[in-house]
Amino acid sequence: MRRAVSALLALLIFAYLFGVLLKAPIPGDYRDERYNYYSPLSGREANESVPDHYVERGEEETGSQNIVTSIVVLYRGFDTLGEVTVLFTAATGVAFLLSTQRSKGEKEKKKEPNFMASTGVGLVLPFILLVGAYIFVHGHLTPGGGFPGGAVIATGFVLMLVAYPRFQLREKKVSVVEAFSGLAFAVIGLISLIMGLTFLENYLPKGVAGTLLSAGIIPLIYIAIGFKVGSELSAIVSHMKGGEE
Amino acid sequence: MEITPFLILSAGLISIGLYGIMSKKNLLKLLISLDIMDVGVNLLIVTVGYLPGGTAPIMDGDYGKYVDPLPQALVLTAIVIGVSVLALGMILTIRHYRRTGSLEMDEGGVFGW
Repeated sequence: MRRAVSALLALLIFAYLFGVLLKAPIPGDYRDERYNYYSPLSGREANESVPDHYVERGEEETGSQNIVTSIVVLYRGFDTLGEVTVLFTAATGVAFLLSTQRSKGEKEKKKEPNFMASTGVGLVLPFILLVGAYIFVHGHLTPGGGFPGGAVIATGFVLMLVAYPRFQLREKKVSVVEAFSGLAFAVIGLISLIMGLTFLENYLPKGVAGTLLSAGIIPLIYIAIGFKVGSELSAIVSHMKGGEE
Repeated sequence: MEITPFLILSAGLISIGLYGIMSKKNLLKLLISLDIMDVGVNLLIVTVGYLPGGTAPIMDGDYGKYVDPLPQALVLTAIVIGVSVLALGMILTIRHYRRTGSLEMDEGGVFGW
């Protein structure tokens, strides 16, 4: 009964979405007449939609080659701060919910590490950490950034937890890293307030777009986010595995 | 490239996730359904920003057309929120399992319909 009702409802939703989405306008050039407006800057009619502005002016305004990164970190930087806060809240909730209820009779025997797994992880781990760091340092040049880079770094610690049954994340040190990287993000934003700009506005030289040292504060913020996401995800996985004893 | 298949695919993913959320009793399956629905919505948002012939919005080389970067930035946020929701749901599942010894919703007498 329950299945039949759910299937019926899901089919109805699918039919509705199907009908609506088939009528969706086919995406065209975003230089459309709809976006004509009077621009107070130039004093005449302008045709600039939001994506058009990002694509046309994003690189010169932020110095970042990757437009998605410049939106995430600069144009919508405050949003990203909130996003990092959500992730932090989730990690804190995980730690809280698991620490108030320790399992007692669940201590599985600590097995010896599998030779193949431990050797393989030992070989691969430095490269995983390197790739993670590469991804978040080059966030303004290539696809990727702080969040994927941090996830890659957390993958390395997950592999360690899988391959070495005795390996334990030092959660205190990890939380210190997490706290300081989150603090760095907020402090970078506050410095621009002190300098008379808006919150999280760029105050460093933009440099030549396409080089590593460019785009002002974007690489700094992405490095902070990378450390923060990496330590948070590692802590979540470590908590789920049983945590520090 | 036509975007219609992707729109239909995202509608299908959303419906499958909805079916799973409504019909499954196993909490792990429930979380997986939630994630499938999440992926469907993300796919829909990214598809809406597509521009025919556009490439990824990275200003490298002489590509004339770029897809709309704003939905991609929004989806980046949505993915991270999805991970947070999944982690919290997983922890609640673990607690439920430790308390009742089962992954079914009805065993604890808290959920169920």
